[in-house]
Parts: sequence; structure tokens; C-alpha cells
Amino acid sequence: MQIKRFLVLTAAASIVLAACGGGASPAPSSSPSSGSSTAPEPTPGGVDLTGKTINVYGAFVDTEAAAFADAMKPFEAATGAKVVYNGDKSFEQNLNVRVQAGNPPDVALLPQPGAMNNYATQGKLFALPTDVTAAIEANYGPGWKELGTATDGKTYGVFHRVNLKGLVFYPKAVFAAKGYTAPTTWDELKTLEDKMVADGTPPWCIGIESGAATGWASTDWVEEIMLRTVGKDGYDKWVSHQTPFNDAAVKNALQTLMDIWGNPKYVYGGASYIVQTNFGEAPKAAFDNPPKCLLTNQGSFITAFFPDSVKADLDTQVGVFNLPSIDAQFGTPAEVGGDQAVAFADRPEIWALMKYLTTSEAGASWQKAGGALFPYKDQDLANYSTELDKAFAKSMVDASFVRFDGSDAMPAAVGSGTFWSEMVKLVNGSQDIDTTVNNIEASWPK
Amino acid sequence: MAIRFEEGTQERMGLGPALMAGAARLVVSVFVPIAAFIVLWGGFVFLRDSGAPKVVIVGIAIVWGVGGIALLYFVANWLTEKLPLRWQARILPFVFVGPAVAILGFYLLIPAILTIWSSFFDALGTKFVGLDNYVFAFTNSDMLIAIRNNVIWLVLGTVLSTGLGLLIAILVERSRFDRVAKTLIFLPMAISFVGASIIWRFIYSFQPEGQPQVGLLNAILGQMGIAPVSWLTTEPLNSILLIVILVWGQTGFAMVIISAALKGVPDEILEAGRMDGANEFQVFRQIIIPTIWPTIVTVATTIAILTLKIYDIVVAMTAGNFDTQVIATLQYKQAFTFFDAGRGSALAVILLVAVTPVIWYNLRQLRDRAI
Repeated sequence: MQIKRFLVLTAAASIVLAACGGGASPAPSSSPSSGSSTAPEPTPGGVDLTGKTINVYGAFVDTEAAAFADAMKPFEAATGAKVVYNGDKSFEQNLNVRVQAGNPPDVALLPQPGAMNNYATQGKLFALPTDVTAAIEANYGPGWKELGTATDGKTYGVFHRVNLKGLVFYPKAVFAAKGYTAPTTWDELKTLEDKMVADGTPPWCIGIESGAATGWASTDWVEEIMLRTVGKDGYDKWVSHQTPFNDAAVKNALQTLMDIWGNPKYVYGGASYIVQTNFGEAPKAAFDNPPKCLLTNQGSFITAFFPDSVKADLDTQVGVFNLPSIDAQFGTPAEVGGDQAVAFADRPEIWALMKYLTTSEAGASWQKAGGALFPYKDQDLANYSTELDKAFAKSMVDASFVRFDGSDAMPAAVGSGTFWSEMVKLVNGSQDIDTTVNNIEASWPK
Repeated sequence: MAIRFEEGTQERMGLGPALMAGAARLVVSVFVPIAAFIVLWGGFVFLRDSGAPKVVIVGIAIVWGVGGIALLYFVANWLTEKLPLRWQARILPFVFVGPAVAILGFYLLIPAILTIWSSFFDALGTKFVGLDNYVFAFTNSDMLIAIRNNVIWLVLGTVLSTGLGLLIAILVERSRFDRVAKTLIFLPMAISFVGASIIWRFIYSFQPEGQPQVGLLNAILGQMGIAPVSWLTTEPLNSILLIVILVWGQTGFAMVIISAALKGVPDEILEAGRMDGANEFQVFRQIIIPTIWPTIVTVATTIAILTLKIYDIVVAMTAGNFDTQVIATLQYKQAFTFFDAGRGSALAVILLVAVTPVIWYNLRQLRDRAI
């Protein structure tokens, strides 16, 4: 809803944004230059941290790693501490190896709350001090603190870079030429799909191949459908396993998914194409001439995978709407994902960094570089380099409630295991819905 | 030499100086190992804790690793030479074998024992669960398929690689293009399995019907007017297609070893067989095969071990989806994705047990006769 309204108002966007930015950020200045000269926030009690080094370990590399390093510069300038970031594509596995070997990093950026909970229950993490948790409560929307809280009730994680899911991307030019309009309800979406089929183009571009993580893209769809059919309470019960995985509501969600995915008319290439096409490769088919398919349901980060010619000109070529509401009473909730910083050591400079990560200053340079969203209430939306990013961020900050990627919050054996692999079997036609949900239910750790 | 000389000098000294010298030698004998230990330990602590640039650390690690081993041998040897000759002869072999045995024990034996130990505990390694992890390994439906796949890999992979290697070795032996053919068939050996898998992904690649087919197999089918097949998602054909990659890579290895053995078959026996009226097939069956049998067994067991612990081809091609998973891929998943140390260890132990008889047989063959 937010996004749609926002995009409709594209013409007035700059004015709206200026108003939003000004109104929403009364607190510290968000310009990095003045931030580094004053910067009272990161150094509580005026502690001088010169000569201290903080080792940070995360999953992203290359340009994203450089963007993270840039984002740490105001902190380094203000405190004198040094932040050394180490990126690793096999981060999840190697972090576990390092932790078990007694050689953990000072701070790790964990994409999965389930993993945070694992390390917390193993007693490897240090809980955030009260001034940091207070900063989270002040500067984040509802839900973010809970996502960083383990089952023992203590808060361990600070969210930094995040992304928004459940966004449907489409080529604007084709929509204009064919007179399609963005749907706001599931029925309108069905009508739109059928119109596209009648016009000779399958509506959906879907690919779920992703190496060892093949299948995750399908679990995102299931989560989005669950959010829209059972609401936040039903979703929380499902993720925390208070309702079993083979519950009727989950089967219903899988049926809704398979109504689209299982029908070769609705998805370009059909089932065998879905399971062996990379999630980043699939959306490109929408920008072929003529397009092979038109709609891509993905997270905000997917724009990085679009063809270069499209990336150069995102705002005029790519349109986006929220995956429509299915049951009106639950609206269109925001599903988010993101990296949370957790501490494996207890030192003042680490807590200073954690506190810095709760401030909008920690995201400013990355907002400008693009490819990242931040959850801070006081962030300056004008910093985002594209209208799309601004729309995403606003939609996330304004959302009545956010829910985290459910599979990332489930135990790893399900969330990074059977939920992925059993969905692949279902989509590939190797088994039916009942077998799928029963197998996942059976794999849930006791 | 050195010792005799010192003994000689000792005799000429009085009791006091002799005692002094003995004490000094004792001090030196104690001091040198301690100094060596401090140097080694200091290097270890430096490598573990220092924040020096990576290049420096790598350089020091090489110097410390190689130099440390040399220092260890040097000091141990020096100490032994201080002993009387009879003891020297007894202890010296252990000085040289000892470190190797100790390092092997540290890196192989202790982890193996710890793995067996932790396979009887739960995911966090805190609660004893008896045989639960093994019950899981032999009842879980994914595991049963993995075991089935491993058996298919073992049988097809070993038989095809060895069989084709033997066949090609014999045929090429009589060809004029001996060297060229052997080189071509041996070339894939130089490519890692992950690299080979990437090549074969292009061969098996699938695009929807009506689109240009990038994959070799589907392009050929398209030329013949047949609809494209999604090779890698079609069960159970996909497992066999993955085995083809192993065979492609390993046939060259089998061929080279076997053809070396063929060259060693004495001409006299072959001549004698032919003189006695044996046809070529009989010569092959009753003379060549028995003569090179130990080589064939060695090649087959080596490939058999490879197929039992196969991991990279499966991960690179299908990531273990579409029922192509094998024990090693599931073991990695359990241990490093699901953080279930117990189940991961149990699967590792099952692999270890499966490989052991093959290794034992292989070792016995190696001991009986060199390749």
C-alpha cells in the first residue's frame, strides 16, 4: 500500500521526501561530515578508543564489503578505534568452525536470527548493555528488538543493513504498452495473470536455484502467503512451531503457491526451469525483447541482479508493487531480512560500535552508494540514490508491523534444510503437498 | 665421532673439571630443548594472536612450519648424539619416525576418536543419546536415498572407470596413435571435479522448449526434433549422469596405470601362449588379466574410495537436490549447516567404516607388490 501510493506520487516525490526526512529526523545530524566532528553518540562517557581494533566478520564481499568499511569511517574518526571487516562467502559454516575452535571474531553480522539463538544458547554471545537496547527501542520500529532477542529473553543483536521482501518487480514499458495496472488484491492479481496469459506471455519469472541454498526463494513466497492468510499471530505461531508444519493453514499456503507455480501457463519454463534456474538469473527474462515473463516476486536486493542496461536506469524502467493482500483483514505486511551484529567478546570498544550501529549515521554513506536499506526511524530518506530504494525504506519504516524471514528464524535443520529441500521436491513434482509438510514437520528438532 | 673425541678429553681431565664439564653438558642438554620449545611456542603464539598483515603472517608461517620441523629434528638428533653409541642406535629411528607418527596421531587419530565419541551425543555434544544418531542415519528417507546413491556410485563409478581404462589401455597399446590417444584421455585428470562439473553443467544445461538450447545434449536432441530433456532433475537418471563425470575424469587415471602394467607383461609368456595355440581372447583372459590383476585391484580400490567419499561433483551439479544426495553431502549439511555435531559425526563414522575394508585391501595389495 505504502509503496503503491508512493509510486503514484512520483511527481511529488521530492517534496514528500523532503517533508518526511525533515519531520522524521529531529535527532542527530545525518550528514557524515558534521557527524564526525561532533559525534557524541558513539563514545559514551567520552572514552577514547584510540588504538583499539574490532574484528567484524560477515557474509558480504567486494563492493558491499567496501561499502560497509565506508559506513564505519565516521565511527573510526570519532573514536580512534579501528574496524577491520572480513567478508567470507562461506560465512555461516566458517563462523561455526571459528567459534567451536575458540577463535571467534569480535563481532559477527548474522543474517539468521536462528543462528543468533544457537550461539546465544551455547553461551558464546554477550548480551547488549542497557544503553544499546535503549537506543534500539528509540530508533527502530516495532519488532526489531525482538528479532535480536534470544529465547533466554536477553537482547544480543543490533540490526544494520536490512532488506524488504514481498516486492513484485515488472518492466514499466510493457505495463504501459499493454495497459496493465498494478493489482492491490489477490483477485486483481489473478485477473492480471489471466490477461497476460491471454496476451501470450506467462506472467511469472521464477528461479529458485542457489547452490547449496537452492529453494530459499520458494520459502520466501510461502512466508509471504502465510503472512497474508494467517496474519502476524498465526505467522509467529508457525515460525515458533506452536502450530505444526503440517497444519491446514500451511497446506493451504502451499496450495496457493502451487496454483501458480504448478501451472506451466503461469510460469515461464515450467517446473524443471524453476528448480534449476538461479534466482538472480530468472528476473532477467522480464527485460528480454520480447519479454519471456513479466513479474518477479523478490526482495529489494534483486535490483542488483537486473541487466546492466536496466540497472543504469532503474527508476524509469522498473516498476514495483507489494505482493497483494489475500485476506483483507491482514493487509499487506512487510517481510524483512537483514544482518544483525552480535558480540562474541565483551570490550568497551565493541559496545561503542554496537551503539554506533543503532544510529542513522552508520547507514548514511551506504544509502548513497545504493543496494542497502536501513531500519532507522531517524534516517534521511533523501540519502537513498534511487526512488525505488526510498520507496522501500519508507514502506518499511511506516509498516504497521514487520516480520522477519520466517525460514531464517526457524531452526537451521528446517529453515536452511528441509524447508528448502522439500520445497524443491514439491516444485519439481517429486512429491505432493501432504508429503512435503509431513517431512518438514518430522525434521523439526525436538 | 664427536662423542669419542669428548670421551677422550674427559679421561685426561681431573675429577673436578670432569664434573664441571658434565654439569655444563647437562645444563646445555636441558637448555637447548627448552630454547627450541620457546622458539616454537613463540611462533605459534605470534601466528595465533598477532594482527600483522596477512603476507607477513603467511611468510612467518612457512618459515616457522618448515624451520620448526627442521629445528625439532636437529635438536632431537643432537640430543641423541650425546648418548652412548648403543643407545644412539636404539633411539635414533624413533627420533626420525616419532614426529611423523605424533603429527599423524594429532591430526588423524585423535579427531577420528573424537568423532566416534561425539557421534553418540546430541547436536550440541552435551547429552548422551546412545545410538539415536545411527538410527536416524538408517531410517531417514533422505539418508536411505543417499546410501542407495553411494552404492550406485561405488558400483558404476568403479566398474566403468576401471573397465574403460583397461579397454582403452589394451586397444591403444596396438594403435599407432598411442601417445596422442593416451594424452587426450588422460587430460581430464588435470581438471578438478568442480571444474569438470562446471563443464558438464553446460553439457546438461536445459532451457524451456522453443528457446535456443545452450546445452550440448539438448542442442543435439533439438537438431533431431526431440523436445529438450531436463537432465539434472530427472530421477534417477541424474545420479547416473553425475557418475559419467567421475568416469570421464578417472578413466585416464585407470588407463595410465594399467597400460604401464601391460608394458610389464613379459613377451615370452605371450609368445608361449600363442605358440600353444591360444587365440587373442584367451591370451587376454588367461595371461594378461592374471598378470596385471594386482594393478587392476589397486586402481579399482583407489577409485572405489573416491566414489564412497564423493562430494564435489554432487554439490557443484545439483547441490544434492533432486535425490542425488550422497552420504558426504548430507554429512556436511548436518555438521556445518544444521550445526548437528552428533548426526554429522555419525555420518562421518559410517563413511569411515564403509571405506575401511577397501583401504585395508588396497594396503595389502600395495604391500604384496608395488604397482
